[in-house]
Amino acid sequence: MKQVLLLHALLLYAATGGFAAIIKVHAAANSIHQAIEQAHSGDTLLLQQGFYREHDILVSKKLTITGQGLPVIDGENKYQVFIIAADSVLIQGLQIQHIGKGSVIDMAGIKIINAKCVTIRNNRFINNTYGVYLQNSNRCYIVNNTIHSDTKGEINGGNGIHAWKCEGLGIKGNSISGHRDGIYFEFVTHSYIADNTSFENARYGLHFMFSHNDRYAQNTFMDNGAGVAVMYSRGVVMYDNAFNHNWGDASYGLLLKEITDSKIEHNRFIKNTVGIHMESTTRVDVRHNLFSENGWGVRVQASCSGSNFVENNFIGNSFDVTTNGTMMLNVFNHNYWDKYDGYDLDKNNVGDVSYYPVSVYSVITEKIPPAMILYHSLLTNIMEQVEKVMPSIIPDMLKDDQPMMKKLKL
Amino acid sequence: MRTIIKYVLFDLLRNKTIIVYALILAAITISVSGMGDNASKGLLSLLNITLLFVPIISILFSTIYFFNSVEFTELLLAQPIRRKTMLLAQYAGIAIALSIAYLAGVGIPVCILYYTAATITLLVSGLFLTLIFSALALLIFVLFKDKTKGIGAAIITALFFTLLFDGLLLSFIYSFSDYPVDKPLLGLISLNPVDLARVLVLLQLDVAVMMGYSGALFKKFMGSATGSIYTVICMLCWTVIPLIIAARVFKKKDI
Repeated sequence: MKQVLLLHALLLYAATGGFAAIIKVHAAANSIHQAIEQAHSGDTLLLQQGFYREHDILVSKKLTITGQGLPVIDGENKYQVFIIAADSVLIQGLQIQHIGKGSVIDMAGIKIINAKCVTIRNNRFINNTYGVYLQNSNRCYIVNNTIHSDTKGEINGGNGIHAWKCEGLGIKGNSISGHRDGIYFEFVTHSYIADNTSFENARYGLHFMFSHNDRYAQNTFMDNGAGVAVMYSRGVVMYDNAFNHNWGDASYGLLLKEITDSKIEHNRFIKNTVGIHMESTTRVDVRHNLFSENGWGVRVQASCSGSNFVENNFIGNSFDVTTNGTMMLNVFNHNYWDKYDGYDLDKNNVGDVSYYPVSVYSVITEKIPPAMILYHSLLTNIMEQVEKVMPSIIPDMLKDDQPMMKKLKL
Repeated sequence: MRTIIKYVLFDLLRNKTIIVYALILAAITISVSGMGDNASKGLLSLLNITLLFVPIISILFSTIYFFNSVEFTELLLAQPIRRKTMLLAQYAGIAIALSIAYLAGVGIPVCILYYTAATITLLVSGLFLTLIFSALALLIFVLFKDKTKGIGAAIITALFFTLLFDGLLLSFIYSFSDYPVDKPLLGLISLNPVDLARVLVLLQLDVAVMMGYSGALFKKFMGSATGSIYTVICMLCWTVIPLIIAARVFKKKDI
């Protein structure tokens, strides 16, 4: 009992702030450096409004760094700014800008190295090579930041949020634009990406490599150079995201390569050159998605197997599905195709004849890309009609035996 | 020459066929534009219509007209006019009439509904197709004496350019698919004004990216200023060369 009381007393003492001090920092030469040096673990640094020209600020204590009135910390296009090497650090309300570009080290606005439970929230990152850079850091939270760069081009830029070998990250409500990849994951597991907007990045809006058991939901990916890429991962859940207008010669809404046991549900793919491009995937569930006004709705390479395309809406795509072989180990079922012109005699809302979503012209162009020069010519239109009546070139294994007559409610 | 053009023009404008042609084009344009919800799709359908109807109707109508006005031609030739002048004047008259019909039928509605660079390209290509196929009609007229044969030749020519040529092109692509055929394709396409027009317009639309890698090559060439100039020159050649041949043949023709 005595011990419990003592513990209570201790906790009370801690809660009243006996240990934690609040240190106000004003803009002056090396003021942040000095403040961190003087501070003890658990203290709060209040950065006042102003322009701080400081760099390589190593945070090796558990500190809360809060900006008041959006203080600006400038890397002068030469240096990096924060390096966090302590657990449970919180950084909020800062504007970090003009980070330099190094060929030996990746310079970032905030770099988190070997730390746990770091929170970065409500900051602005402007014109940085890398915005937030996480390295071997677990359970960190990157919330409500604006990360923007004017650097154009894939070679010169870094990623908005870059994570390498992390676990249990939470990345929420950020807006990322103008970087190389909006969000980049490599060896990151059990993480959650939600409510982010990633647009106008030079390469991918979101880029996954070897990152297993992650989930991303309610994000918007727009106008990225090559869309979103998810590669060499398993157990990825993609839910309720919008992939809009990733439009260009080499652009995809979603590019999947060697993905296993993943789920793609309730997403919207609108106006992409290719809605989903799948290569060597195994057991991917594609359900309740909308594919609208894409060049190619879904491009399933013959190397994919065990995937289900069930209850999706395909509306106004130039080509609904293409593939590069005759073998098809995936299942299409209960989808709505706006090009379906079969009938439903028993009125059960399921078409009575199978639908072959691969058009003959898409088979030809998949084999011989230059044939695309005949796109929209009278000849190809006639070929489509003929093939509809008598399928001979199109892969007859790829079909929807139960096409829906009406658009599905998703 | 001007007097002849004037007479041909008046005759054609009094002729109901041209007006019907313009009205049909207008009706199709408006209905197609009303259906599609975005400009790009509407323009695509219009492109298909232009590529299908304009060549066939231009060549057929011109051929029939030329053959029907043989007596008028003979009468004119009794006057002190050079044969070449007379022939070109007749061509000019019919080409102008058909162009006006096209501009009125497709041009006016399309410019009101969506006015973009692609629209202009579409109209220019349509006009060129009109000129080219009436020139071909003239050539057919001077080459054949018999009306039936002439009309048959006109139909075959139109089908050749709208359909057959693409079939041959496709089989060419198929048989040489192991080789880089992109550049030869660019050359081959110049041999067909309908394909030239189609590619020119497609490159202005969103769907251009669907042409992928080879599209990038086409775009790099055809989409550039040199490419556009090259295309226009090709189209001009397609108009002028049949006219020159027709004039040459007509000079020595026994009427």
